[in-house]
Amino acid sequence: MAVLVLADRSGATVSQPTRSAVAAASQIDGDVHVLVLGGAEAAQAAAKLAGVTKVIQADGPAYEHGLAEPAAALLVALAPNYSHLLAPGSAMGKNIMPRVAALLDVQIITDIAAVEGADTFRRFIYAGNALATVKTADAKKVLTVRAASFDPAPAEGGSAAVEAAPSAEDPAVSSFVGAEIAQSERPELTAARVVVSGGRAMGSAENFHLLEGIADKLGAAIGASRAAVDAGYAPNDHQVGQTGKIVAPELYIAVGISGAIQHLAGMKDSKVIVAINKDEEAPIFQVADYGLVGDLFKILPELEQELG
Amino acid sequence: MKLLVPVKRVVDYNVKVRVKADGTGVETANVKMSMNPFDEIAVEEAVRLKEKGTVTEIVAVTIGPAQAQEQLRTALAMGADRAILVEAEGAEPLGVAKVLKALVEREQPQLVILGKQAIDDDMNATGQMLAALLGWSQGTYASKVELSADGAKVTREVDGGLETVQLKLPAIVTTDLRLNEPRYASLPNIMKARKKPLETLKAADLGVDLTPRLTVVKVEEPPKRQAGVKVGSVSELVSKLKTEAKVI
Ligand SMILES: Cc1cc2nc3c(=O)[nH]c(=O)nc-3n(C[C@H](O)[C@H](O)[C@H](O)COP(=O)(O)OP(=O)(O)OC[C@H]3O[C@@H](n4cnc5c(N)ncnc54)[C@H](O)[C@@H]3O)c2cc1C
Ligand SMILES: Cc1cc2nc3c(=O)[nH]c(=O)nc-3n(C[C@H](O)[C@H](O)[C@H](O)COP(=O)(O)OP(=O)(O)OC[C@H]3O[C@@H](n4cnc5c(N)ncnc54)[C@H](O)[C@@H]3O)c2cc1C
Repeated sequence: MAVLVLADRSGATVSQPTRSAVAAASQIDGDVHVLVLGGAEAAQAAAKLAGVTKVIQADGPAYEHGLAEPAAALLVALAPNYSHLLAPGSAMGKNIMPRVAALLDVQIITDIAAVEGADTFRRFIYAGNALATVKTADAKKVLTVRAASFDPAPAEGGSAAVEAAPSAEDPAVSSFVGAEIAQSERPELTAARVVVSGGRAMGSAENFHLLEGIADKLGAAIGASRAAVDAGYAPNDHQVGQTGKIVAPELYIAVGISGAIQHLAGMKDSKVIVAINKDEEAPIFQVADYGLVGDLFKILPELEQELG
Repeated sequence: MKLLVPVKRVVDYNVKVRVKADGTGVETANVKMSMNPFDEIAVEEAVRLKEKGTVTEIVAVTIGPAQAQEQLRTALAMGADRAILVEAEGAEPLGVAKVLKALVEREQPQLVILGKQAIDDDMNATGQMLAALLGWSQGTYASKVELSADGAKVTREVDGGLETVQLKLPAIVTTDLRLNEPRYASLPNIMKARKKPLETLKAADLGVDLTPRLTVVKVEEPPKRQAGVKVGSVSELVSKLKTEAKVI
């Protein structure tokens, strides 16, 4: 039986975490379908993904903003044709998929980090301190995918047909009011090759801008610790960690971040970690490949200059 | 309006958990247990809504071992009016959601506020599952909740920023970190909480089947990262990133 991936749109295309979910789905079955809510252009982009054999596109005001209630109803209507229903572990996927699972009387498995078989998956628990292998007895599987654990499926290589989704009921119990989504030229945090993150030690929202010059030179996304977000130095969607975003870039630069386990849970799969901290005992140095002990306010301008 | 707040007993966030040598789980004997931090935020939000006058009664509930009474007492000390303990071990989110559904049917709240995720299993699922089972609207990852007699306007933390949705009541809300800063219970309130009603039930009393769907095949320590080197200067750092790590 085929497997279905719910896509997260990113403008006119699908997000990189969606491509990671497609990669995970391909490990389960060769017949991978993608569901796109709204977004005709994104559906075309999904059709080109390597490994995708069919794209289903759902049009209509109920789907435009990815509201959980109508989206879940649609997935339930499609479910009889699929053995597995997946989504990236993005805010959208995490919002919708547990609802789908409960409607199907299935125990969801969230944030899978590896596929061991059609019914067996691995996932992190306790802020990444333990890795559990779990096997499900449910006939149908509902999963979200930890994007950092799967190399994204190539954006080109497929040539799937796009078809219209069947109509499904709209529970009409919620409505979209508005959104404040920051427009940024920078890469998306979960997809960036380089991430520069600041912590409480940045001291203010103005100082947080010190990271921008460096991020510009490295083509990096900007992240933050929870302490920096709580203090209002950085927006909420910058939070990296157990309860924020999970990133695994080639290079992660942690500036003035102590390295609490909740933060490490979100970045310790990065290929290379650099830590800048004035306290040489800071736990972040235990996971850093390169540590620089010193005052960030002195180091950051030097670093920006050194990067040319 | 009546409000239900499910709270979970979890290993305290400051505890460094250890994987058991036999690979069956993590060591939870003799470690400090606390209320899941997101649930403290949920209780706080409920209490604030009551202080504003929109909410008249707050019922805290937990599904867990007898010791989970401690977390219910904390919720009562923070301002919940009464509590229900449903004794059960190791219920999965779907099972927890089924128990909560049965309690919702009994208690008839207009709003249920849960944490967005429990910091032990990190499933991030229970609230959405409960919303599905009840056919209610859901506002997950809330950073702001405005409640009126017929609806809830919820600002949600999403990828890229914030989103606002209007929910018809009855509804489910799950809390994110920025919703509020939970209060500490004062000593007099802790004393008062001891006298507030706490009812104990069994899952079977509610007619809920909690047979797990998942089996834990094994639990292991994730691969450990080795600490690297300290560099002496910015120029040494940049040169190592270029020539040794080859990432810039
Ligand atoms: C339920 C829950 C969920 C959480 N989820 C997350 C999460 O998802 N992500 C997350 O990040 N945290 C999370 N946390 C918070 C986490 O426990 C830490 O409190 C937080 O990560 C600390 O942030 P920080 O490292 O910026 O601040 P601090 O721990 O205060 O560290 C600041 C560091 O900066 C250094 N420093 C100070 N001045 C300078 C200077 N001038 N130059 C250089 N270095 C300097 C200090 O030596 C220190 O190491 C969570 C906590 C809880 C309870
Ligand atoms: C693979 C796996 C192995 C497990 N192994 C064990 C085990 O060995 N021993 C054991 O005791 N349990 C075990 N459990 C059960 C587990 O401890 C949780 O109770 C259950 O999975 C709920 O998931 P979560 O806590 O991540 O929920 P989430 O969906 O992350 O929780 C979100 C919110 O739901 C509410 N909530 C969740 N659970 C409860 C609850 N019990 N009572 C009240 N409110 C609640 C809270 O408001 C919480 O903030 C296991 C679960 C899984 C998935």
